[in-house]
Formats: sequence, C-alpha cells, structure tokens
Amino acid sequence: MNSVLKIIAQRLALGLLTLFIVSIVIFAAVNLLPGDFAEAILGQGATPEAVAAIRTDLGLDQHPVLRYFQWLGGVLQGDLGNSFAQANFASFVGDDSGVRTTVAQQIAPRFANTMFLAGVTAAIAVPFAVTLGILAALYRNSVFDRAANITTLSSISSPEFFLAYVLILFLAVLNPWLPSLSNIYDGMAFSERLEKTLLPALTLTLVVTAHMMRMTRAAIINLLASPYIEMARLKGIKPMRVIVKHALPNALAPIINVIALNLAYLITGVVVVEVVFVYPGIGQLFVDSVKIRDIPVVQACCLIFAAAYILLNLTADILSIVSNPRLRHPK
Amino acid sequence: MTRISRRGLLASGAAAGVLAATGMPLRAQQKGGTLRLGLNGANTSDSWDSRTHSDAFMINLGHGAVFDTLTEVAASGELVGELAESWEASADAKVWTFNLRQGVTFHNGKAFGADDVIASLNMHVAEGAKSAAKPIVEPIVEMKKLGEHQVQLTLKAGNADFPFLLSDYHLCMFPAGQIEEAIAKGIGTGMYKVEAFDPGVRALLSRVDSHYKDGRAGWFDSVEVIAINDTSARMNALMTGQVDAVNRVDFKTEALLKANPMINIFEVTGNQHFTFPMLTNLSPFDNVKVRQALKHSVNRQEMVNKILLGHGAVANDIPIGPANQYFASDLEMNDYDPDKAKHLIKEAGLDGLQVDLSASNAAFNGAVDAALLYQSSAKAAGIDINVVQEPEDGYWSNVWLKKAWCACYWSGRATEDWMFSTAYESGVPWNDTQWENARFQELLISARAELDSTKRRDQYHEMQMIMAKEGGTVIPMYANYVDAHSTKLTNSGVIGNAFQMDSSRLIERWWFA
Repeated sequence: MNSVLKIIAQRLALGLLTLFIVSIVIFAAVNLLPGDFAEAILGQGATPEAVAAIRTDLGLDQHPVLRYFQWLGGVLQGDLGNSFAQANFASFVGDDSGVRTTVAQQIAPRFANTMFLAGVTAAIAVPFAVTLGILAALYRNSVFDRAANITTLSSISSPEFFLAYVLILFLAVLNPWLPSLSNIYDGMAFSERLEKTLLPALTLTLVVTAHMMRMTRAAIINLLASPYIEMARLKGIKPMRVIVKHALPNALAPIINVIALNLAYLITGVVVVEVVFVYPGIGQLFVDSVKIRDIPVVQACCLIFAAAYILLNLTADILSIVSNPRLRHPK
Repeated sequence: MTRISRRGLLASGAAAGVLAATGMPLRAQQKGGTLRLGLNGANTSDSWDSRTHSDAFMINLGHGAVFDTLTEVAASGELVGELAESWEASADAKVWTFNLRQGVTFHNGKAFGADDVIASLNMHVAEGAKSAAKPIVEPIVEMKKLGEHQVQLTLKAGNADFPFLLSDYHLCMFPAGQIEEAIAKGIGTGMYKVEAFDPGVRALLSRVDSHYKDGRAGWFDSVEVIAINDTSARMNALMTGQVDAVNRVDFKTEALLKANPMINIFEVTGNQHFTFPMLTNLSPFDNVKVRQALKHSVNRQEMVNKILLGHGAVANDIPIGPANQYFASDLEMNDYDPDKAKHLIKEAGLDGLQVDLSASNAAFNGAVDAALLYQSSAKAAGIDINVVQEPEDGYWSNVWLKKAWCACYWSGRATEDWMFSTAYESGVPWNDTQWENARFQELLISARAELDSTKRRDQYHEMQMIMAKEGGTVIPMYANYVDAHSTKLTNSGVIGNAFQMDSSRLIERWWFA
C-alpha cells in the first residue's frame, strides 16, 4: 500500500509542476491576444486617455513578467484575484466599499453547475457506454455491433454544436419534449433542474460514448483469446457470464483510464455545449471573459481545467493500479 | 417602420393623462401571466447600479421595470412625466422646477420625495464615478429642495431639452440614504420588484400590488428575463416557446422566424446610424465640393438592401433620426448621381479623385462590405476609393478620429442638441469630422436655450440642411431595431423607437392576448 501512496505523492508533485508550466503558457497566450480589457470594455469610447486610465487602474501598464509573478504570488496564497469587470464596476460606484466579488466567488457557483452537468452526463454516459461495449463484444461482428460502432463513431466525428442542434431539432422543435434552454438557477427544484440539464447532457453523452464503448469492446475482445477464458468457456459458462465475471474485471484498467479521460473532457470541453444551451456553467463564463479579455477570470478557469485534467488522470492511474493485483503488489 | 409624430417639447410638461389623450388605439388589456424575455447584452458584472447600464439586458430590467426616471418618452414619442408630474422652466431655460408625484413608495416602503431626486442625481457626479450620464448632470449648478415634492434644478446655461434628458435610462431614482442597499437588492419605484437576480444569467420580477401607473401599464403578474447572449440560442428559445419575446433578431435565420405562424417580427427605425466621417481639416476633404461629390457617389438604397438586408432606411448625411423630435425628413436627398459627382470633382479643380477609406467590422457589422460597395458605386463617378481593411482590435483608438476617412457608427441620441454637441460641436473630443461652420455653431448655441418649439424646429431644420449639404460625414443609412415576439403577446399598436424592445419598456407596456 505504501508504494501506492508514494506514487500518489510523486504524481501530485509532478501535477503541481505541470500546473505551473500551464499557468505560464496561459498567461503568455492571453497576453498575445490582440486588444486588452480596456479597449474591449470601452469600445468606441476608447480614447487614449480613457484606455490609459483603466490600464493604470488595473495595473495593466506594468511589465507582463511582473504582473505574472504578482498573480502567481496571489494564487499560491489561495487568492485568485479580482475580475477586471468587477474592479471596473467598483470604480463606477466611486468607492470600493460596495459589493465586490472575487474571481473565486464568481467562479464557484458556475463550477458547481458544470460539475452537475458533468455528473448527469457521466451517470448516463458511463453505464450506457460500458453496457454497449459489453454487448458489442458479446455479439461482435454482428449487425448490432456494426450499427453501434457506426452510430457512435459518427456522433463523435460531428462537431458538438451540430449534435446539439440536431438534438434540439428532434427533441425540442419537432417534438416539444425537452426544453432547448438550460437556464438553471439556484433554488430550482431538483427534478426541474434535471429536466433542463437533459439535452446538454445527452449531447455530451453522444460525444463521449464512442471512446468509452470502443475501449470496453476492444479490451474485452482482447481478453477473450486468453487461455483462462477458453477454460471458462469449456466449463460451459454462458457467454454473458464469461464476459461480465471473467473478462471484465481484467479489462477494467484500460476502461477506467478512458472513462477518467472522458470525465475530464466533460469538465473542460463543455464550452460550446454550454453556450448553445445557455447553461450557466464555467464554460460560458470562460467565453464571456475571453471576449472582454478579463485575464484573472480566464486564467482561473484555465487553471481549473488543467487541474481537473491532472487530477482525473491521477485518479485513473491509481484506480488502474488498485484494480490490478500485479501492480498493487510489485515484487 | 413606425411613423412617429413628435410634438414639440413644451416648456411646461404635459403629464398624466397624456396617454389617454393621444388617442392610442384601444385594445382591451388583460392582466396576468408570466412574461419570459430572452435578451442579449448580459454580463456577470451586471448590477442594479443604473450608472453602469449599457446594454439591453440591464436597460430593460432597470429603467424598464424595476426603477423609474423623472420623465418618460411614451411609445408615441411624447415626453410625459414618470416620477415628475409636471415641470416649469424660467424664460432662459436655466432654472427648472419639477413637481414630483405624491404617494409613491419604494419597494422597501420608503416614501419617494425631493431628497431622493437630489441624492440620485448626485450619484452621477460623485467623486470617481464614471457615469455615462455625467454630461447631463454636470451642468446642474444647484439642486434645491423647495418642498417634500418639489425640486428646483439650476443649470449653468439654458437647455430647453433638460426634461427630455432626464428620461435617460441611467438617471433612475434611488432611495436617498439607502443607495448602496438599493443597488445591492434592486429597490426602486418601478412596477416590478426584484424576486431573484443572478447577474449574467437571469432575473425574476413580480408586480407590485399598487402603483401610480395602474390601469395604464404593468399587465404581467411576473416577469422572467433570461440572459441569452448567443444569437442562435436566442432564436431557438423563441422558436421552441421557451421565451415569449427576444431582442436582436438574427437576419440570417429571419426567414425561419417569419415562416413560423406563432411568431411576429417587429422592427422600428430609430436613430441608430452608420457613418463615414472625413477629417475636413485634411486635404482633399477640406474641399466642400469633394465632400459633396462623395455624398453623391454612394448608392444608399443598395447599402440598405445588401448590408442591412433591408432592415433599415436610407439616411441623408444627418445624425438626427426618425426618433428625434425635430427630424427634418423633407430635405432634398443626396441621391446617388455619378454625373453630378463627376461634375463636382471638376468644379473642385481636380482631375479625378483618389482616396483611402479605412474600415473594419468593429465600426459596425458589415462595414468592410459597405466600404467595398461604396468603392464600386463611386467608380462610375470616376472616384477611386481604396478600401483599407483595419484590424478590429484597437479600431477606436487607432483609426477613428485618426485616419482621414473611416467607417463609424452612432446609436443616436434622444435629442438633437445632445447628438450635435457630442460629435459635431466645434472642439468636442468626439468630433470626428473637425467640421467648422459658423452658422451651424451659432444655431447650435441659440437652439439649446430656445423654449419656443416652433422657432426651435426652424433652427434645427436649418442646421440639418447645412449639415446635409456641407457637413463632413457621409451617413448612408439608419439601422432598424429588429425584435421578435410570440403571437401570445400583444401591444397597443404603437411601438417606441428610442431603443430596441419598445424603447426597453416592453415589460410594462405589453400584455398577453
């Protein structure tokens, strides 16, 4: 067990290093974007004086390297800073005593919403994809197998917004079963929240299913050629039981890996889907912030995305170690 | 397009009862129901501070539902009292006395009075406050409370438009002494009070039990305003019946909306206009003949058809539009006339003309295409326009006011004086043509303080005439406000054109059929 802990510690340290590098890349990339917050927010009123005033207000006139380390210092102390939009609002009020929310306060509710969407999607997609994969392995090369493959592959190959609009067309416009707007809010009844979340969740399900389903199928088929499966079959066990009881446990490691990767995608890749369905998650906030070059919010979002990826990958590795006795007890 | 008959602004305001007197078509209004609006222009930084309001979402919620201003521009274009019942001006239009409505309370129970007016106006000139309405409040040199329900505002210089300016959506009335709380919670005197507000996401409002506008407005029991910044999502929400009305119709999918029998598109021509300002202190634009030649070498109707896809109207090189009181619609049009343009070039002593036109879609959607259309229509007049495509970022700081000729837009202003003094008075920072005309400047100053609306009409008429003929900006078109609603909703038949969504007052003016 100690070895597992050691691996976790090593991975976490590496993860932190990755986050540090990612933060540099994000900062550099955002600074390379043409225009800045002052110009974006002022529009036609962007006279040189007004632009300069806002830049001084927000410290945008300082050297980028200096700004990066100031920001990094804040982040290390758990302070993601204030969003530019909020800071600018405070200066409208004329004093700072009024309401002024930090980036963390702004992101928290949005992140919770995104996690809810990811949760609903995972609850649908994971069992669906694994079952489909098992069935495809069971009836491999049958019409069912082919049909499942073709459908999932074509859905993963289509852009998300296209899938979203196809679903809207069939499930909201032609047959008004589900709402096309997913504007969930605090205090909404759980059932209503679930109903509003269903269309984006289904869209994301279509996007992530193929990957998981095909990995399940391939991993199981790979094992079906092993001698111990042969043995089980010779004992006269039913094919379904052979797969579920004998093959699946040994195929878990790669399947878990792929599921974790897809869960990470559910958090980081939802930008387009959230915009199409007007879902108030972190993806929408991210798009809005990039539009006005609100660097603190953009950076915080990117950090969250990167951290989600790193943590879920770490979880996947650990789970595949735990599920594999050979890795659990290395000689 | 709605034709609006604008009556002159009277020195003593006609207030309550005007709506009935203007003879609006009477359709039986019905109370009840929950209105759901899908609007763009929402931000996570939105708040109830009306000084920060700049886009559809908060303008509709703020001055359109939760808050009131002192005066209101009715759908017909008439100026009526909102929290002010009537007003009077001194002969030089410098001292204005407002009689406030009695018995009005804020949503928290506080009674509305003169102190609230003074505190609310002072918000805009507070130290460090960046209010867009500062130019309106700044000229007030003294605010005096004459009684609980009477205030006297003294201006630096006479301004006959002053009551009109007080209808601006930034100038909402807040409860004195509780302004911070009111900004945090949204406490106003409007017909709807805030039940829930999630910035950038949604707002839920409910009708107050009794209000001074009862029987004239405020038919819905409750209102849900949903932020839908994405255009396709907004159109979808209306198509699938998730919302009852949306703003900013997408021209590309307009045909689909039109084909749906449950949806009506409503559009009005307001003051929003697209311009091509020339710096008239630079050659060759310093020559009035050159400017005239350029005005006659643009095919305005073609631009309306191709750039606005028909959702607009041709303009005559004046920044005053159909939503203004003294709009001169009877001026001789600067028609597309290549021969005349050629002749004018010759008169200017030139042998052909070659000019650069800087454009970018930051100026307005389709500005580059508009510049190219200009280029091809001017070719027939022997004018060679070289279209320079500028980057969108930094357009307003690097190109506008800097390049000799460029593309630009103006959303227009509620009054002639406000528009002219923002961009055409000599020496103001946003004067994007540097055009100097002694008679124009003289009329601008004298019309400002002129209380006799007939004289004023003549003065503004002459100014528009001078500008159309000699001014430094080519204004080929007005862009319409195009919105859409479900047929479940209905209205009086007169739709305001000062801004989108019935001048942002759809919430209190419309009802369910």
